[in-house]
Amino acid sequence: MLSVQMIYGLAGVLLFTFALRVALSQVAFLRRVLAINVAGAGLFLVFISAAYKGAGQPADPVPHALVLTGIVVAFSATALAIALARRLHRPSDDD
Amino acid sequence: MEALIWTVFDFLLITAMLALGWSALSTHSLRRGIALFIAFGLLLSLVWVRLRAPDIALAEAAIGTGLTGALLLAALRDEESAAGAASTEKPKNTIADYLLIAATVILALILGWALIDALMNRQYSGLANEVFTQLDRSGVTNPVTAVLLNFRAYDTFLELAVLLVAVLGIRSLNVSRRPYLKAGLVLSGLTVWLVPVLIVISAYLLWVGAHAPGGAFQSGAVLAAAGVLLRLSGYHGAGLPARIVIRRALMIVGVLVFAIIGLGLMVLGRGFLEYPLAWSGSLILGIETAATLSIAVTLIMAFLAGETGRAGNQEDSSC
Repeated sequence: MLSVQMIYGLAGVLLFTFALRVALSQVAFLRRVLAINVAGAGLFLVFISAAYKGAGQPADPVPHALVLTGIVVAFSATALAIALARRLHRPSDDD
Repeated sequence: MEALIWTVFDFLLITAMLALGWSALSTHSLRRGIALFIAFGLLLSLVWVRLRAPDIALAEAAIGTGLTGALLLAALRDEESAAGAASTEKPKNTIADYLLIAATVILALILGWALIDALMNRQYSGLANEVFTQLDRSGVTNPVTAVLLNFRAYDTFLELAVLLVAVLGIRSLNVSRRPYLKAGLVLSGLTVWLVPVLIVISAYLLWVGAHAPGGAFQSGAVLAAAGVLLRLSGYHGAGLPARIVIRRALMIVGVLVFAIIGLGLMVLGRGFLEYPLAWSGSLILGIETAATLSIAVTLIMAFLAGETGRAGNQEDSSC
């Protein structure tokens, strides 16, 4: 018996592990960042599918709040990672 | 019959989402990969709506997809302009690659088993009941806003601090991004129409967050999208105030208001961020307004990669 939570949760697991593999095997920096973002999306999917309580009832709002802040933190971490990489690859013309 | 339609819909949605996620990561051209990632994020927003998480759908569409996509494209542009330093060749060590695949397959099996076991055999109802029984005492009627700004306000307070720290880190790295060309007629015409609309939508999301999906994060993200749009169509300052002092004040106002209200309540003999019932609605709206401004400014500055002030608000027509 496959419930809605289960199929979305398993999709999240698939997404997370596949993206994790890509993130670990790639060399190009931006590809890794992209893969980590997809992996994060898979993780959020597992979390939110567990919070789903069926069509008739409202879902659990606590994971929703956590994922909401997680999305914002993921963006700022991505921006920081990109800035760090650019600083790393910049020709050494430090002022 | 209806159940069958839902099942078909679920499988179509999941298949499309997984296919997009897979192709975004395995396509050869990185630019195409980022475009596919943006499409993937939009489908993911649909998934959030399907799983009854409209707050997350809004945030995903605005931040997870819109701003992250714009950021990745901008980073790709910088990387390409840096004389194509990126090598796209695969690592040669195939044994390590097979080991990695085996390890991730095992990890997927373990995680999948754990998930199925948790959903089938463990009767854990989560914290939904606790939230809904206490909702009347939170000052708002949207449960997600109640969790974010009241029940777990401490988390949100620290999360704003995390945002601030990330942007301070980006600023201190001092990597400026090349300015964009002044946009053509179509984009600049669209920008003139869109930016005021985005500001109104942002204010609406902030207000409606008390009783319907919306709130400070979605609102701040929409406002930040307006700034990024301005920047992309050639306005160098991205709509931020020209004076550095005001920008810095806007950056910290969210954390500041949060801290002042929390500490003020402690002075009045309550716990940190333990709102009195009669005041909680207004206090939450006050915090959210300050947080929206801070989130918008920090997100824009994260996109700009820190360079502020020097070039000011002047429109950049050179380059």
